[in-house]
Amino acid sequence: MPTTSPVSEQGQQAGPAAAAQAATRSTRGPTRRHDPDVAGLGRPRALAFVAPALLLVSVFLVFPAIWTLYLGLLDYSLTGAGAQALTFVGLGNYVSALTDPQFHRSLYLTLVYVFGSAVIGQNVLGFLLAWFLSRADRVVRSVLTILVLLAWILPGSVVAFLWQALLDRRNGTLNALLGTTDQAWVLDHPMWVIVIFNIWRGTAFSVLLYTAALTSVPRSHLEVARMAGASSWQQLRDVVLPTIRGHILTNTLLITLWTFNDFSPYLLTAGGPDGASEILPIYIYREAIIGGHLGFGSAISLLLLLTNLVIAVFYIRLLRTRSRGQEA
Amino acid sequence: MKRLSVRARAAVGGIAAVALLAGCVGAKETGSSSDPTANASAKEVTLVISANDIKGGKNAAEAAWIEDVVIPGFVAAQKAKGVTAKVTFNGAGVEDEQYKTKLELNLRTGSGSDVFATDGIWLGELAAAGYVKPLDDVVGKAASSWDGWGQISEAVQQNLTFKDKRYGIPNGTDGRVLYFNKKLFAQAGLPADWQPTSWADIIAAGQALKGIKGVTPIQVNAGVPMGEATTAQGFLPLLAGTGQPLYDDAKGTWQGASAGVKDVLDFYRQVYGQGLGDPRMQQDKAGRDQSFAEFSQGKVGILAEGDYFWRSIVCPDKTECGATSMPDRDSVVGWAKIPANSPGAGVNGQDFVSVSGGSGWMISPKTAFPQQAWELLAFMASADMQTKLSQAQIRVSARKDVNDATLKGDPLLSFISETVLPITTYRPSDEHYNEVSLAIQQATADVVNGKSPQEAAATYEKSLGEAVGADHVAGQ
Repeated sequence: MPTTSPVSEQGQQAGPAAAAQAATRSTRGPTRRHDPDVAGLGRPRALAFVAPALLLVSVFLVFPAIWTLYLGLLDYSLTGAGAQALTFVGLGNYVSALTDPQFHRSLYLTLVYVFGSAVIGQNVLGFLLAWFLSRADRVVRSVLTILVLLAWILPGSVVAFLWQALLDRRNGTLNALLGTTDQAWVLDHPMWVIVIFNIWRGTAFSVLLYTAALTSVPRSHLEVARMAGASSWQQLRDVVLPTIRGHILTNTLLITLWTFNDFSPYLLTAGGPDGASEILPIYIYREAIIGGHLGFGSAISLLLLLTNLVIAVFYIRLLRTRSRGQEA
Repeated sequence: MKRLSVRARAAVGGIAAVALLAGCVGAKETGSSSDPTANASAKEVTLVISANDIKGGKNAAEAAWIEDVVIPGFVAAQKAKGVTAKVTFNGAGVEDEQYKTKLELNLRTGSGSDVFATDGIWLGELAAAGYVKPLDDVVGKAASSWDGWGQISEAVQQNLTFKDKRYGIPNGTDGRVLYFNKKLFAQAGLPADWQPTSWADIIAAGQALKGIKGVTPIQVNAGVPMGEATTAQGFLPLLAGTGQPLYDDAKGTWQGASAGVKDVLDFYRQVYGQGLGDPRMQQDKAGRDQSFAEFSQGKVGILAEGDYFWRSIVCPDKTECGATSMPDRDSVVGWAKIPANSPGAGVNGQDFVSVSGGSGWMISPKTAFPQQAWELLAFMASADMQTKLSQAQIRVSARKDVNDATLKGDPLLSFISETVLPITTYRPSDEHYNEVSLAIQQATADVVNGKSPQEAAATYEKSLGEAVGADHVAGQ
């Protein structure tokens, strides 16, 4: 049944049957039969099964997205007359967002933040840690895993407080360690601070994912490579990385999307000084909630949503070419 | 058939979404008219009070007053009438901007408290949005015939008045002065009874203080993180010292990049461009708290603040003022009136100027018990309750009878009440004020970050035009 198979995997033009086929193919290898109703449920029962999920998705995802689109077309504010008499401004909010230099700066900073802290930072550090842990002895592995996980599971407010104490200009731990005085890290290097903060905070996920991925690399392949005289680097490049390519893409997709929507830098820098670390979620917060421009905020939110969709589609396409490539 | 089903599903989804949208829009436009007589004779009453006060934190004295004095007193008074009142306090201890946002969201959704504290400058926005309504509409006659109005001066009543209608009962008022550290002044060879008569005098004192190592000579709030404190404690008192108020009531125009605005921004340049102030503190998101901490540690020479600073930040009592309390406050902290740019250059030709505001208590139009909420409000504003609050923490109350009885004991508060309030100015309670204030904060931030006053003023005028409309901006 079309509803039980991941339709999105294959795109619209192929139709549900082909999608189901593709799903079977990617999990079980070449197709043997053409019956789309693998579970034998029949259409009504299958629909009944997915109805709750579809309902949840529509209420919590589709509807808010449409609602955001609608609000973005209004001159809608939190207070003042704009809260009472809503006027339709068409694409006005979108035009002013796209021509606002602060929006451009925020978008740029977001890209720097995502690329620096997630795509490069968490990914590379996560992989290196997982690689190291897979070879380390038991005790080292346990201790490091706990430390890495701790950064991940602590509540955001606690973490923010710890980092404020670390970076404080007057009595900060970092200044005490380095012997520097009056060094305002958060003000001098706001982007570095939030990038490093997010790497520290989020690497645990990549470590876990890559640890699992590395166990899927067949030992025999590595042994053959070693017997053929491959160095560590060659083993990594020619055996490990090709095997876990799918995991890398999945990991990058997930952390990219999370980081794009990440608001926690606000707890450290509040977007400052003077907007120097104002990534898009903070920009939206400042415009919509502090400034009260709810309509404008909705418009930017929708732009953020679209950016996320583009990224997701890009990665999913990469993933698909990979699974096709493996079959060929 | 399969194609049809896809289309059918899309159609169903679309219809559901449209229905939901329509439902939401519809819901917003119905039912907000309040009936003053609702539940007037109820025997069981539930009321919630909220304020940006919390025990052990911000405005601890007022929080304790609400929880330990007001609520038990009100409950007892109601019990005497045979009414069971259940009153709870919903406290907070956050930045004023955050409290405001929470308040607005609560009022918007119709949830939240029956009686709440607000800053007078928020009234324009709240009223224009329809979140609050005049007392005459929410409560009716009981409010207009209240005997306490006679004790509250017109100027203070203005704080909670919008378009000639009262929206709540003022809680008190305040005034801004220049605080200075007498110990540092002595070190720099400056008099203990310092009273500058021009901006140049302030700069000169700053230059003298600059020689002391580890001391920030002047702290005049600037930048966005300080929020309204930038506007009310820094920019506006200075602007009042150039002769023109920010907002011209008669013409309905705001000052754009005028000579006065440029002069004020140039004062900021003199302070922060010449090492007399600490630009970092203005950029830091906890900058205001840092400025308090540093002043209490004797590391700031001159600080522009309201009387809140005196009574709630550097008071000698450690349980009330916490880490910033100054046991030797009365001998170390001096104060002076804020001078105009030059003598006689201030508004109305004044030599000295100040800015006042005032908070107060309002009733949510969506309360289920409007009469009882008003009774609570009137109880809080009664001479007895206000006296108890002033005794717990001295402040300028809204009531004359209370001030007469309580202010004598405190030198600064009587100074504010006798010397500062007569020369003070108030902020406009216009619905655009918040946005204008944000533009002002940004302009000061620009100067602190090294832009020229002309450049910052031009940017300010542009933002101002976007906020209030170009026809409401007064030119040069």
